[in-house]
Amino acid sequence: MATLMETKPLVKVENLRKLFPVQTSIFSRAKAHIHAVDGLNFEIEPGSSLGLVGESGCGKTTTGKLLVRLLEPTEGAIHLRNQEGELQDIAHRAGTSLQIFRRRVQMIFQDPYESLNPRRTIFDTVAEPLSVQNLGTLPERQDKVAELLHLVGLTPPDQFMYRFPHELSGGQRQRVAIARALIIDPVFVVADEPTSMLDVSIRIGVMQLMSELADRFGVSYLYITHDLAVARYMTQEIGVMYLGKIVEMAPTEELLAHPQHPYTKALLAATPVPDPRLGRDPIEIKGGVSKPINPPNRCRFYDRCPIADDYCRDNPHPPMEDKGSGHFTACYKV
Amino acid sequence: MTTDILRVENLTMFYGTRGGDVRAVDDVSFTLKEGDSLGLVGESGCGKTSIALTLLRLLPENSKINEGHVWMKDTDLLALSEEEMRHFRWKRVSMIFQAAMNSLNPVYSVGDQIIEALDEHIGLMSKDQSRERVAELFDLVGLDPALMDRYPHEFSGGMRQRAVIAMALSCNPDLIIADEPTTALDVIVQDRVLRQLEEVQEKLGMSMIYISHDIAVIAEVSNRIAVMYAGQMSEMASSYAIFEQPLHPYTYALMSSFPSIKGKKHDLEPLPGEPPNLITPPSGCRFHPRCPRATSICAEEKPPFKDYGDNHFAACWHPLEH
Amino acid sequence: MSYQQTDKPTEQGSFASSAVATVAEDRIHQPLWRVRLSLMWKSLKGSWVIFAESPIGLIGLGIIIFFALFALAHPILMKTVWPRAIYDPVIGFDATLPSHPAAPSIRHILGTDAIGRDVLSQLMSSTSSEFALGLLAAIVTVTLGTTIGAVSAYFGKAVDVIFMRLADLVIMTPTISLLIVLGALIELNLIQLGIVLGILSGFGGVTVIIKSQALTIMVKPYIEAARIAGGNDFHIIFTHIVPNLLPLSFLYMMFTVTGAIFSEGVLSVFGLLNIRMSWGLIIYTTQSSGYLLDFKRWWLIFPAGLAITLLCSAFYLVGRALDEVVNPRLRRR
Repeated sequence: MATLMETKPLVKVENLRKLFPVQTSIFSRAKAHIHAVDGLNFEIEPGSSLGLVGESGCGKTTTGKLLVRLLEPTEGAIHLRNQEGELQDIAHRAGTSLQIFRRRVQMIFQDPYESLNPRRTIFDTVAEPLSVQNLGTLPERQDKVAELLHLVGLTPPDQFMYRFPHELSGGQRQRVAIARALIIDPVFVVADEPTSMLDVSIRIGVMQLMSELADRFGVSYLYITHDLAVARYMTQEIGVMYLGKIVEMAPTEELLAHPQHPYTKALLAATPVPDPRLGRDPIEIKGGVSKPINPPNRCRFYDRCPIADDYCRDNPHPPMEDKGSGHFTACYKV
Repeated sequence: MTTDILRVENLTMFYGTRGGDVRAVDDVSFTLKEGDSLGLVGESGCGKTSIALTLLRLLPENSKINEGHVWMKDTDLLALSEEEMRHFRWKRVSMIFQAAMNSLNPVYSVGDQIIEALDEHIGLMSKDQSRERVAELFDLVGLDPALMDRYPHEFSGGMRQRAVIAMALSCNPDLIIADEPTTALDVIVQDRVLRQLEEVQEKLGMSMIYISHDIAVIAEVSNRIAVMYAGQMSEMASSYAIFEQPLHPYTYALMSSFPSIKGKKHDLEPLPGEPPNLITPPSGCRFHPRCPRATSICAEEKPPFKDYGDNHFAACWHPLEH
Repeated sequence: MSYQQTDKPTEQGSFASSAVATVAEDRIHQPLWRVRLSLMWKSLKGSWVIFAESPIGLIGLGIIIFFALFALAHPILMKTVWPRAIYDPVIGFDATLPSHPAAPSIRHILGTDAIGRDVLSQLMSSTSSEFALGLLAAIVTVTLGTTIGAVSAYFGKAVDVIFMRLADLVIMTPTISLLIVLGALIELNLIQLGIVLGILSGFGGVTVIIKSQALTIMVKPYIEAARIAGGNDFHIIFTHIVPNLLPLSFLYMMFTVTGAIFSEGVLSVFGLLNIRMSWGLIIYTTQSSGYLLDFKRWWLIFPAGLAITLLCSAFYLVGRALDEVVNPRLRRR
């Protein structure tokens, strides 16, 4: 969360919520809701990247989909700064204005095997944002695609342009996905676990590529991942999510060095370290993750928290508190 | 004195496909001592799962075992008939498959599925004895025995994985092969399952072979690590030695390509190129096209898997350090 | 700023060997139609290799080719060796023979029917209309089935319910009986029959199958990506979903042809169609002239029946072999 008064965030999310009804039958009204995203607040500075970290079911993917408007929020605002410098709420846009929004925000998916249409050539796929938005003539698009392919390391571009996805490896396909996301010159890209399905020796290459391109084009990322180690290298700030809420948010190195929320501590303690010479602290956490269906009005982490007490049980979910140096934590006990 | 529980000699196995023979495992040799846990690490397609399937003789029809021996205490597993192998499987060697937690039969209770494994391989147990054994196993892996009669969908991912581990343990094998046992699990659950496996291993004195592409997990659970590349073993040593003093450039490259939350944030160096095609693999040392230290001999001759002292093996013409 | 190491494309078919080699090496600015043509050719060759591995596919294809040649031979024979007066399938008459139906001889390889017409000529001349009928029905079915399946899957809810219940209705209704009733009311000609069969098939079982395939496509991330790029419903359905359905549709086309030829045969046997000559009609003539159970005069029924059976089976076999092309999981390694 920006604390300096001068900064003007590129993306500002206010009280974002997404509730999914638990369907019982077509005839009865849903009585229960899954609180997938429950009151998120954060900002992303231009040229900076925010990591959203958490285990499965915490709502990070849903958040990503909300930010690209694949889903519409149930409540709350998603502000994007337009070219004139004004913050505009895109949460409920539709029609042409939604189309215009789509030129500024794109997404990179997790699965390199399923995020490219197997029956369309690489050119078709990468040019899709341009052709769907009617930008440029055919030769211009061909030029732009070639330029992007070259940029993501698929050179010479003409060797890749008219091939099909199945002729490319996983790493190459993910580069195509990156090219597709960047071809329309977006200001903001949501990356949903873009390297988790890639081979380990390929992962770093793709991660580096994404960082370089972010610097070069001034693109901000919302980097969604379950792996804190990966987030460390890709982001300037990390938000830890649990059951639909952000429980801690801080600059990356600060979060890793001085975690405050017990969940963050548990996550850090559980992340295996690729070096047998360095040990790990034992984790203190109980139970397993559950679905946030009609959650009771208390701290979401209460059931698993090793330091929770009656105060935590009897009071609503703690608000995010400023702990100094850009570090925010939602916990009564810290 | 610790004995060898497994001795693999010159194992070679190909898959026959329309495009040619895929040289999935090419002249691999290694030894496993009793009580050891060996981590087999490498990228996808390097042959680690193929080795596991070969050890258990669970290969598909189009596979050919061309050469080699797999010695488990004076028995060559590759020389056994299918009938004889059936007696071996599960009782002496068992396996936890990749994404096994998704392959539990949804229409049978978890307990029944373990009982089925017991019946199949041990047989001659009364219903009560079987149930007692299942309760024992559940306890061992940290599951509440009362859940024995529940169905897989009532278990969480981590619990299912533990049930699968229980199944693999059911006949008290000497060796368990775990193929990516925690890949699909969340990090906190993964931690639990790994610790459980370590506990079980200590308690029962079992040997384990851990297969994964995730160096971080392997570093945690194995005391010996073997690095595989393109169907061949490139390095093998104790875990400490592999990290402290890697000899093979590929090993070194793998180490530098893993982000870590601990320690200084070092620059990550990506490894250029892609893993090779195993139908027409590169000549000589298969890593030479991607290797920063390669010279002409690397392209011509395959380097031998040498012992550099202290049970540290590597196959390289220009190893680091030495 | 340095770029990443170049990744070489995998060894699956070098681009340089494509059928259309451009002289000027500007491979980037090729007109798209040329690119798509050469890619289609490449993929057809690949599919052929897989198809050709299946013996039943080759047998089926062989039979189809045989019948195609069979059909082509008729006008050639009529122009050269066969005088129209005798060999015309509808109005020919061989006055040189004492009685009709006449047994097979050198002049009439399959004999003549009850009113003196050469049976082989009848068989050959009908072949092209059988093909045409099958093709028409198949095209109508596939167009309808694919569009409805895709739309149903995409929009869901009311649209889906309507089309699926309609499909249930069509599946429940026995086709032949329906056609017989229809045929009794209106005498259908071949084109009308083709369209009717196409519509019945298109709204029926094929739609359901294609819809479930469309459902699996809709949850793929590339559909989401298309939406995020700004694609509207039309774009997503016709640029992404339908092309991925086409292999399946093509497969079912084969089975539709089978059904169409067979249905026509049945209807013609009952004399319910308004056509001049077809295989089924040969059998009808046999029946109406009282020779249906006359097994001594086998040439009156057996060739026609065999032709129907063979051509139907041929398309079915090709369909089964195509299954392996369309469905990679069925392929042998």
